[in-house]
Order: sequence, then structure tokens, then C-alpha cells
Amino acid sequence: MKTTIRLACIALFALSFQAASQSNMVFIKGGSYTPLYGRDSMQVAIEDFYMDTYPVTNEAYVAFIQAYPEWKRSRVIKLFADGNYLRKWATDKTLGTEQSATAAITGISWFAANAYCECQGKRLPSIDEWEYVAMANESLPDARFTENYNAYILSWYEKPHTSNNDVGSTFKNYWGVYDLHGLVWEWTSDFNSVLISGESRKDVDNDANLFCGKAAIGANDLMNYAAFMRYAIRSSLKARYTMNNLGFRCVKNAND
Amino acid sequence: MACEGEKTYDDTGACPVCHMDLLTTASLTPELSEIGHSESSIFNLTSQWHTEEGEKILLEELKGQTLVMVMIYTTCKAACPRLVADMRRIEELVAKEGSDDVRYVLISIDPETDNPERLKAFAIENSMNGPQWTFLQGTIHSVRELANVLAVKYKQISPMDFSHSNIISVFNAEGILVHQQEGLGVDNEVIVQQIIKTSST
Repeated sequence: MKTTIRLACIALFALSFQAASQSNMVFIKGGSYTPLYGRDSMQVAIEDFYMDTYPVTNEAYVAFIQAYPEWKRSRVIKLFADGNYLRKWATDKTLGTEQSATAAITGISWFAANAYCECQGKRLPSIDEWEYVAMANESLPDARFTENYNAYILSWYEKPHTSNNDVGSTFKNYWGVYDLHGLVWEWTSDFNSVLISGESRKDVDNDANLFCGKAAIGANDLMNYAAFMRYAIRSSLKARYTMNNLGFRCVKNAND
Repeated sequence: MACEGEKTYDDTGACPVCHMDLLTTASLTPELSEIGHSESSIFNLTSQWHTEEGEKILLEELKGQTLVMVMIYTTCKAACPRLVADMRRIEELVAKEGSDDVRYVLISIDPETDNPERLKAFAIENSMNGPQWTFLQGTIHSVRELANVLAVKYKQISPMDFSHSNIISVFNAEGILVHQQEGLGVDNEVIVQQIIKTSST
């Protein structure tokens, strides 16, 4: 599928789908940070990159499907998406009446999100890249130690039905990126690299992961319960799964 | 979801155990995708791979044989030697039963280190150099995609070290997943029987 998609992307390079979506990225200056997980509290280095200002919207995804009909609900193959893919849409090409055109697209699988970004010459962010940008608040690049930071995220977790709010309706963070917290969960390229699932308790060659409790104690920031939730969600996903509150955004390397 | 295994129900509704929606079994029967593979077949992945012999192949070129797949990396010191030993043991047991239409595929999760030369050397070192063994080098992207299909989780911990789940997957000749064995040091009897059954149908 990938080769086919890549070829299609080249053929359709000039189409407005791609042209329109190249805008609206912001520069993220790389650096290093300590993730929630990581052996020896390892600092992770992040290269410079660009990130989409907003999550990908419903209307942008409609345009994507027009250009790449293999991702229509009726045509997507089972290997790449479960039965709930775009389930809320009215038809193959139109949104449901309840859905806002400028809300974040949800109900898409990792494969679909991955193909979307690839067709724009972009990619999905890694967990580390996503978390690096998401630890900012309005004024600080790393706000994880501030009182309001976690409280804000946790209050979002308690609010139902935020996924149909328009993109841009939450705060603009230090980097100029909106909606990392407060609207939808987001896919990452390596979402499945988190080894805290039940499966890892018996399979993985890292004793620290043998017990759930141990994994929690191993977390670097016990206060960061909000991040814990994100890691837990990621580890419960499979690439073909879709969720009503799971969307995505794309990034690209600074040197591309 | 391993809800209640293979169990089916006559009525529609939700599974009484996990409360997920029940699917009609008819919708689980294979349908052909546009490139002619079953919709659930791994042959729908069209990325290109390098074998330990330095040849370029697509996964669909493996069509026609039962496939036993595992993800490893050659510099691994902990679990991989045991996974590799499991693969060798499984191969021996299956061969003893006379099933020879089986291909054993080892995919590197460290494509930047494991080039065809390294994979070839690893094959020789581990007595896995026969025609039934294939080692594959992909790209970071294609390996991630395949891992997602196999539900294998992995993460690079340091330049030489990956943490990963230990899963051996069995695919039928059409590339459809029929069995997965998880964990190290498990009794291989179930997977061996599954491979024999798959390759004889």
C-alpha cells in the first residue's frame, strides 16, 4: 500500500489538498527532556522540527479522501482499520450532521493517519516529540512543575464530548501549537513502543516492567498522572483501532 | 481481543465477558482488496525489504507457504537468543513431522545496524542458513508498520539496545494471521501443531 500511496502522492503533488495543508506549521526548537518513562531517567534528545498548529480537521480529511479514495470508509481494508472507521460519517464522503467541519478528525486508524501525513510529505510525530511540545503551557516550554498544568489536563479528562469542539478552541502554547490538551487524544508514530501493557509483563526483557506497580514507581514524575493516562491509552491501542476521541496531527523534519 | 477465544453467539449484541460489540461471522470472512489479497493479508503491505542474501523482495513474494515470523535484532543479548532458539526448535519439530512447506522469517527491528551482511553472518552463526530461513532488513518506517500489523511493541533504549515483546506469528499461505505465541520459554507444542495444520490445508 505504501508504495502505491507514495506514487499517488507524487502524481497528485500539485493538487490543492497538499498545497493547502503545507501551511500552518510552527517551528519547534529541539532540546532534551526527561520523559515519563526511560531507563536511568535518560534524557531524550529532540531534533528541530515543524509541527502542525492544529490537529487535522474533518474537512481536511474529506479533501484527503477525495484525493485518495482507498481511504474511504467503504474501501479501506481490514488490515488497516477496524469496523468503526469513520463510523459517524453520513456517507463515504460526507460528515455526519452532528460533526463540525472544523473539529478534529477522529475515528481513524494509525494506518490512515500515517498515510495522510505521508501524502503531504510529512510524518506522524514520535511520542517523544509529541510529549516534548505538549509539556508547554502558554508561557513556558516545560510547565510540568506548575500547579495549573496537570490540573488543566485532568479537568479535560473529566469533560465529556470535547472531540467535536473546533480546533483552536483550547490554548495556544509556548511554541504556538494549539489543542495538544483539551480536544482529542493523538496518534504518534511509535505509539506501540510503550511497554507497560499486560503483555509486556510476561514478555519483555526488562524486569522493571514486570509489574504494573513497578512501572508506576519507575515513572520519572509521580505527579504527572495526566501523562500516565496518555501512555496507558497508547499502550492499549493497536494500529488498526479507531476511537471517537482519537485524532492526529503531522510533523516534518526541520531539514527537509 | 481475546474475549472468549473462538466462541460465537446466535444473537446479536455485546460479548457478555468484555462487553464489546459482537460482529457477524460473515463479516469476518475474507474479502479481496484491490491488489488481489484478502483484506486481512499482510501481503497488502507493499514496502520493500532486503534479504540476508542482499535481494530486494516484497512480502507478497512469500505468498504460497506457511510463514512463521518473529522480530529480533542481531546485537541483542537478552531475549533474542532465546527467541531464536525457540524458532530453531519449532523448525526442528515441524520438519520432523514432515511439513516442509513452511518458511521461517526473522525481521530485524534495528534496520540501521542489521544490513544483509550482518543478517547473513547471524544466520550462519545460528545454523539458520538453510533455504527455509529468511532474514529481512527494512526501513525504520516499514519495520514500524509491520510491527503494528504483528502487534509487536518495541522501543530503542540506547543505540545498541531495544526493549521488545516476544511474539512468534504464524501466517497461512494467503498471508492471514492464524496464530501467535507470546512470551519466552513457552511450550512450543501448540504453535508446532498450528503450523503443521496450516501448512497441510
